[in-house]
Amino acid sequence: MSQNYLLEIGLEEIPAHVVTPSINQLVERMTSFLKENRLSFDKIEAYSTPRRLALKVIGLADKQEDIEELAKGPAKKIAYDKDGNWSKAAQGFARGQGVSVDELFFQELKGVEYVYVKKFIAGKSAKEVLTSVKEVVMEMKFPTMMRWGSNDFEYVRPIRWIVSLLNDEIVPFKVLDLETGRKSQGHRFLGKEVEVKNADAYPECLKQEMVIADAKERKEIIMSQIDELAKKNSWNIVVDPDLLEEVNNLVEYPTVFAGSFDEKYLSVPDAVLITSMKDNQRYFYVEDSDGKLLPHFVSVRNGNSAYLENVVSGNEKVLTARLEDAKFFYEEDQKKTISDYVERLKKVMFHDKIGTIYEKMVRVALIAAYLGKHLGLSKTQLADLKRAAMIYKFDLVTEMVGEFSELQGVMGEIYASLFGETDAVASAMREEYMPTSSEGDLPESTIGAVLSIADKADSIQAFFSAGMIPSGSNDPYALRRQALGIVRIALDKGWNLSVPLLHEAIMSAFKERGDLYANIDPEKNYAGVKDFMFDRVAQIIGSNNDVGRDALEAALANKDNEFVSVLEAAETLTKHASDDDFKETIEALTRVSRLAKKADFEAASVDESLFENDSEKKLYDACSNAQKGYCCKSYEDKYQALHGLKGAISEYFDATMVMADDEKVKHNRLSQLVLLSNLTTAFGSLEELNVK
Amino acid sequence: MAKKLAMQDIILTLQQFWAKQGCMLMQAYDNEKGAGTMSPYTFLRAIGPEPWNVAYVEPSRRPADGRYGENPNRLFQHHQFQVIMKPNPSNIQDLYLDSLKALGINSKEHDIRFVEDNWENPSMGCAGVGWEVWLDGMEITQFTYFQQVGGLEVRPVAVEVTYGLERLSSYIQEVNSVFDLEWSDGVKYGDIFKEPEYEHSKYAFEESNQEMLLKMFDTYETEAKKQIANGLVHPAYDYILKCSHTFNLLDARGAVSVTERAGYLARIRNMAKSVAKAFIEERKKLGFPLIKDEKLRQELLKEDK
Repeated sequence: MSQNYLLEIGLEEIPAHVVTPSINQLVERMTSFLKENRLSFDKIEAYSTPRRLALKVIGLADKQEDIEELAKGPAKKIAYDKDGNWSKAAQGFARGQGVSVDELFFQELKGVEYVYVKKFIAGKSAKEVLTSVKEVVMEMKFPTMMRWGSNDFEYVRPIRWIVSLLNDEIVPFKVLDLETGRKSQGHRFLGKEVEVKNADAYPECLKQEMVIADAKERKEIIMSQIDELAKKNSWNIVVDPDLLEEVNNLVEYPTVFAGSFDEKYLSVPDAVLITSMKDNQRYFYVEDSDGKLLPHFVSVRNGNSAYLENVVSGNEKVLTARLEDAKFFYEEDQKKTISDYVERLKKVMFHDKIGTIYEKMVRVALIAAYLGKHLGLSKTQLADLKRAAMIYKFDLVTEMVGEFSELQGVMGEIYASLFGETDAVASAMREEYMPTSSEGDLPESTIGAVLSIADKADSIQAFFSAGMIPSGSNDPYALRRQALGIVRIALDKGWNLSVPLLHEAIMSAFKERGDLYANIDPEKNYAGVKDFMFDRVAQIIGSNNDVGRDALEAALANKDNEFVSVLEAAETLTKHASDDDFKETIEALTRVSRLAKKADFEAASVDESLFENDSEKKLYDACSNAQKGYCCKSYEDKYQALHGLKGAISEYFDATMVMADDEKVKHNRLSQLVLLSNLTTAFGSLEELNVK
Repeated sequence: MAKKLAMQDIILTLQQFWAKQGCMLMQAYDNEKGAGTMSPYTFLRAIGPEPWNVAYVEPSRRPADGRYGENPNRLFQHHQFQVIMKPNPSNIQDLYLDSLKALGINSKEHDIRFVEDNWENPSMGCAGVGWEVWLDGMEITQFTYFQQVGGLEVRPVAVEVTYGLERLSSYIQEVNSVFDLEWSDGVKYGDIFKEPEYEHSKYAFEESNQEMLLKMFDTYETEAKKQIANGLVHPAYDYILKCSHTFNLLDARGAVSVTERAGYLARIRNMAKSVAKAFIEERKKLGFPLIKDEKLRQELLKEDK
């Protein structure tokens, strides 16, 4: 007979964002518990609300599977005494296993025979096994844990009841001083205590007590009520899925309602109104069919529609107070000027160990100017870039951003426009923060992109210089995300940017304004910055499945290379990896590189008068040919240039002893190889390639 | 809600309600402070093994929130109704909802939510887990299970329920500005508090003597540390409260840079931690007299000896 088991953990309100991950965790823990305990089942149904995490195991076996186990005893040679009877050792073994000696038999293990006995372990009943669900309940982990009462036990919130029913029978266990039972609670205000008759009655029995325990069903109810409201009023209600998820986990019985606010608040920017509604109040905002924001909001009550007018008017009152504040901030902020705000930034620290935000802006302006010139920006663009860099943090000290920190950059753009900055400067205020997550959107404008890179490069070097280097999960200043941002923007724009170039830009700022680097030495930990940046390059290119692993490793070896070039090198090597002569080409080139490492000098020029055979001259000519315009060639052409050398190389090695006795000749030959090897560094280290 | 409760009726109702639940009714503590939590009836008494159940009104001063009496919702000084129960009763949420009912707020006629809000006051070494309670979208109460106070683990756990009296009252009386609240029959909140709101704002933002305040902070700090060393917990704590309020005044005046800010907060935190430890030691010397279970009391006194 198959049976169903119900577990419901009743809690004081769980944080909304914790509900879904927690029920998933409970199902996982239950699944592995049942597997470990050899209790088969068909499926597990999950239920969750702010006040309960519940699951129902459907089609649970009556009892554990029986198992037969072999128990190993003493070796055969000591299993008999000298008379050929069972020895004391063997008898003791049988006694220990609870069997008679008649059941003993021999079996070989690694060439030695041992005494064995077959043991039959009868499966325990499901009910008996399920008393250990206590551990499943108690071992749950949550992002924030708390103690309550006089206990040391920690959980997400205090546990108030536990229902544990196998069909209609209580499976007893105790968590702290709480005994499991069949009593559950209905809706906090609209329901009452409910006796769950049997597992099958769940969650229907809760519905009568105004609880929709199935999260998916609850969400569908909310969505259908929202749709109905939208249709009735010809509104477009904008449903952010994350907000819907949160709201769904704030209610046990949802009723959607709409409220309004005075049209005068529409003079406040949409971004502010939406943030105020969404983040402070968890409201959905409303647009007309043209996407224009309307003075309405939509929210979800935890209850039915009785006395809904109280709820509507209360919420309207709260929102009005918030919007009144926002309007006040918006108007006050405009009474000052950008230079007032910039002046104030001279007193605001970016970080104690680095300096003020104002100092940072000046550094970033110099870095950005250097990068802008390198990237060939026009005069107008350079002027906009400079202006943008000198003011881009000004909104941090506005009242509005003080109240809604998530609007940094967004308010910068709005205010910059109002204060008469050019569109390019204004949009850079917002784009400077992009990307705001590892997958987030990138800046579109050139000015915004350069400013974003300059700001991030400055932060990374500054924190590294100050010794605050991310390690493990500890990255409080999100430097990884910022490094990712730099690389992603460079690749997106196809800009020739490298770590050394960013460093040059920083060093040029340092030379001009050493006073801005009073607390940080921009040379310090530069090597660390390089590795750090390249870990991100590896992460981004590595997520591209079309690039071979070894091609990536090879390309990453040259950390002075431009980010775009690393990508192109890896792609080019990947593309040619299937060529028939790829192996031959790479082997020829790596042979050159390996020998070139024996040279203890860097600059190399080759003296033709020291040549002793034709192959030397041939390679010399081939190499000179390949060098022509090499740096500016596409990666495909670069590869072809190197590929063209392979014949000359093998001929050369056949005819030439590089490490000649004559020092002059040896030096000349190594010089030739160094020149050749230098060409391959565009591809990183070819030795990383797997050509076997 | 037949007749709308005046603000003093709201206070009286809450006092009666919580007194019935076994809370002692304390009076507001006569020292400036930013929140009811900073009263010694919460900060000190939440620590340690002794049971503690109290309710009291605490006028709370936050100089930076002053708005010259012009903003309908922001105040230099507002009033909190503070309830502390240690250990927390297991039905504390129900008790709280009953208290709203006593005020005429029927949960079936509104939308009441417990929305996650984990409270922290790093400058006093305090942290707790709990909610803000929403009444039709308005935050009216902070509800916290203390986990740490003065840097010490709170064992057993104390629960703190803090009603924002102005918020709650403006909901009950259906007014848009706190200054229109009726305090008692015929006397408005504004009649009593508008003038001090203006004057305190003017003082905190424009007129306060920074040099004097900076000196006072140092003097109070020296005295607090000295009295902690003397084992005079309560006088020491009074000076810590004075430090805290003096810092708040300096902060409102914009006299504290961001870097210095962290430094001042750390100084207050260090004193808060020392005084918390000193308090436990003194209570232990007294034999934890509030513990009525003699066996438990003896066990606790034996610990760490």
